[in-house]
Amino acid sequence: MADDPKNWIVQATGLSKQVAVDGERLVILRSVDLAVRAGDSVAILGASGSGKTTLLGLLAGLDVPSGGRVHLDGADLFSLDEDARAKLRGRMIGFVFQSFHLLPALNTLENIMLPLELAGVRGARARALEIMARVGLKERARHYPSQLSGGEQQRVAIARAFVARPRLLFADEPTGNLDTATGARIIDLLFALNREQGTTLVLVTHDESLAARCAHRLQLHEGALQALPQPEDA
Amino acid sequence: MAIFLLSLRMLARSLRAGELRVLALAILVAVAAVSTVGFFAGRVEASLARQAVQMLGADLVVVSDEPLPAPFSQEARRLGLAMARSLSFPSMVRGARVNHLAQIRAVGAGYPLRGTVKIASAPARPGVAATGIPAPGTIWVEPRLLAELGAKVGDRVGLGDARFKIAAVLLDWPHAQGGFFSIAPHVLINVSDLARTGLIEPGSRVSYRLLLAGPTKSLLAFRRWAGSRMGIGERLEVPHDAERQVRSALAQARAYLALSAMVSVALAAVAVAIASRQFLLRARDGVAIARCLGATRAGVFRLYGYQYLWLAAAAGIVGVAVGYAGQAFLAAWLHRFVVGRLPAPSASTGLGAWLIGLALALSFGLPAVLQLARTRPLRVLRRERRNATPLQFGAYVLGFALVGLLLVSRANTWRAGAYVAAGFAGTVAVAALGAVGLIRLASVRRGHAGPSFLYGLASLRRRVATSTLQTVAFALGLMAILLLTLVRGDLERNWLERVPPDAPNRFIIGIQPDERDALQAFFAASRFPEPRLYPMVLGRLIAIDGRTVVPASYKTERARRLVEREFGLSSGATLRTGNHVVAGHWWTLEDTGKPLVSVEDGIAATLGIRLGDRLTFRIAGSDFTAQVASLRHVQWNSFQVNFFVVAAPAALQGFPTSYISALHVPPARAGLMDRMVTQFPGLTVVNVDALIRQVRDIMTRVAGAMEFIFAFTLAAGIAVLYGGIGATLDERIYEAAVLRVLGATRRQILAGQLAEFLLIGSFAGLLAALGASIVGYELSRHVLDIPYAVSLWVWVAGVLAGGLGVCAAALVPMARVLARPPMPTLHEGG
Repeated sequence: MADDPKNWIVQATGLSKQVAVDGERLVILRSVDLAVRAGDSVAILGASGSGKTTLLGLLAGLDVPSGGRVHLDGADLFSLDEDARAKLRGRMIGFVFQSFHLLPALNTLENIMLPLELAGVRGARARALEIMARVGLKERARHYPSQLSGGEQQRVAIARAFVARPRLLFADEPTGNLDTATGARIIDLLFALNREQGTTLVLVTHDESLAARCAHRLQLHEGALQALPQPEDA
Repeated sequence: MAIFLLSLRMLARSLRAGELRVLALAILVAVAAVSTVGFFAGRVEASLARQAVQMLGADLVVVSDEPLPAPFSQEARRLGLAMARSLSFPSMVRGARVNHLAQIRAVGAGYPLRGTVKIASAPARPGVAATGIPAPGTIWVEPRLLAELGAKVGDRVGLGDARFKIAAVLLDWPHAQGGFFSIAPHVLINVSDLARTGLIEPGSRVSYRLLLAGPTKSLLAFRRWAGSRMGIGERLEVPHDAERQVRSALAQARAYLALSAMVSVALAAVAVAIASRQFLLRARDGVAIARCLGATRAGVFRLYGYQYLWLAAAAGIVGVAVGYAGQAFLAAWLHRFVVGRLPAPSASTGLGAWLIGLALALSFGLPAVLQLARTRPLRVLRRERRNATPLQFGAYVLGFALVGLLLVSRANTWRAGAYVAAGFAGTVAVAALGAVGLIRLASVRRGHAGPSFLYGLASLRRRVATSTLQTVAFALGLMAILLLTLVRGDLERNWLERVPPDAPNRFIIGIQPDERDALQAFFAASRFPEPRLYPMVLGRLIAIDGRTVVPASYKTERARRLVEREFGLSSGATLRTGNHVVAGHWWTLEDTGKPLVSVEDGIAATLGIRLGDRLTFRIAGSDFTAQVASLRHVQWNSFQVNFFVVAAPAALQGFPTSYISALHVPPARAGLMDRMVTQFPGLTVVNVDALIRQVRDIMTRVAGAMEFIFAFTLAAGIAVLYGGIGATLDERIYEAAVLRVLGATRRQILAGQLAEFLLIGSFAGLLAALGASIVGYELSRHVLDIPYAVSLWVWVAGVLAGGLGVCAAALVPMARVLARPPMPTLHEGG
């Protein structure tokens, strides 16, 4: 995908994951190699249960692999302990999840402010209000997740992901819980922010049309990753 | 610093969302209970300490049953100590129309050495500090006595063979005995008038006091010197002794109040633990996201640790404020019985209670925070279950140890604390095992129950862990409430039994053998039932089985006092009502005149007297030796005449005997006693009407105070109940949503959930009744020293209150669950 390793923001080599289920080994990922250039967008496609989410979790350092390595911006992710990985995430990674994962006790504004507050950033409120306006949620600042529609909740999640201006954004089926029209609007927003902030996007989906909007498409099948031709090339 | 502020903001948000209410309530209640009792007890204690010197009237007092040998005053003079003398004894004071028993205190120049005597010219007038002692021929009397005698300042009254002019009303004076609750009204006379009264004769019950004051060094020197020279019947009184005497009156109630406060703390600990677990479960997803967003474990630990600290600190402050108001209420409620003004509550007590709140929050919240910090960020992608680590178990052990320690330290006696701590620990263990067993049993025996009930059973089985947790929590809460109700009931019943309505209210003492027939004739002529007369000989125990007995042979104060003082020995052929033989045999007619005695089992245990021992008493200068033929248990709570030692009939013949009688005189016939004393001037009548009224009134008030403190325990119990129900609430909300999607009606779901709560509550009630019965038995027997009443209602109340109470408490949150449409719940992902 890229020639000069210096330009790679994500680089996974020989990544594998096995789990024991009822005493038997279940192979989820077998020796996956992947490299993503800064500012690029990559879609990982695959059927349900193909291991897409596991791969995403490993790339973000949310889980530990059975073998292989992941470098994020040159840092060997698994040579770091969990807290160091957390700090790395706080510095450079944003997340968007299929099930939004908003905190029910916090209102819209507070949910969006949370990453900045955790990092101890000054002016969290102003920045949160700014991005809220950008995602069209200005009027919903005091509303709680349970008072928002699915599309609105995902917009809050996107605002939360972008508020800290991450260099890398991982999205796990971001439209999986939304209807087609809402999903499309969410995707427009995601890509728009991606462009504006120059963020690298790695998204996991089974939605072909969503994947088609990424610069690169990869298919996960039986634990192995294959590059797919771009739609216009096909 | 940033995390500090963030934790504050997050706490505010959590509070707004209502997630920490149980936690806050539990801490608040615990701190309020501890501080109320602490403040109140502390104030009473401080008041006692302050009054002790004043009560004693000196720095040191030598007390004796007989006039003190000269060397005592010589030594005191040599050491440069200030001295004053006083004597006190009970005697009848004769007014114009009525007579009344009073405590006469004859005082010499210099009295009191410490504190002041306050007098007034009339009962309602403000008091002034007296500059000396009553002038010869005059007396100062308490307002009560004036009222009883119908006399006023300036009137003349009779005391023994002499007549005195009442010169002033006695308002306050150093009085070592009965500082809190004085029984007979006091009269102060000049010691130089004593001889004129003719009241002091050999054998009179007089307490002689040598009051001493001076520098600590000299006092210590005197104590050292006197220590080896104290004879039988002589003792030293320091402020602490006076304090101890006064303290015994409220001891049981204080023990109960302390017990309630401890139990509230223990319950609060349970509530904090449950609420923390609930908080942990709810916060996990948020923490996982925070971890995704870059929060470190240490950061999460600090973030939530600080939240606990803030919460405990704030709830604690409110708790102390509630406690302050509570003690003010208690003090106002009981003020009539407390002499003088109570000192202000101490800040250190408030601080201590506040720290208990912090300790509770940290020791029982810490495991949850530790587990929270261990939440893996992967949770955002995949839910997983993690087991507790040794560190968390360690934190819980620490928490339990802390609460155990608290229980022991807060209790009046370590024993009471240990019983309660052991009771709680035992109930946890038994309830946990019992709950698992009962849940399994319930799931086997299905029978022909309705579908809702079956669903309830199935839920119970599926949630064995949380069901067990709930059962244990409910059992602890119920046990505490049952236990306190049980003990309070026993105490109150015991107090009431001590003063039945027909309890004797007059004691006649000093009846001479030759007056007996005339006295009975007097009663017969007055158409009053002839009272029973009991012979009494005053003697002091001097040897057991030939071994000389001295106060130093005993460790306990009670035993020393018993050996020091003379006490009444009686004799009789029949066992008296309220007595029963616990060892040996009561004598028969053939034993008449034989040297045999029956000893009360309590005094026997205190003095180490066994069946068959030979006891030697010194009676009026000669010795009387007799063998212990039986040990008796005596119910002392009846105001009846009872004796520690009763000899076989005629065994005490030849020793100087007087007779004593107790009778109930109805108010309409109160004049009878005055006529009797006029006819038999040598008799002394002790009127305990006022005492009985006062005791009843005190008991009612103290019972009210106990109920007040009990309310805190109840609140802590409710916090546990509420927390326990909350423990499975989220799961139930989700289940209810799914069930409703599947077509279940609200009624069906509610019935199923209530069936589950009914089972859990009834199990808990059963286990609680068991725990309360065992701990109640131990407390009654070993701590409060009251008879234990086996009660069935504990079991019935336990099961009913458990089953129905838990259902009732569950109804409100469950109704809220069901009022919520299922979609938003499913929308949030459960």
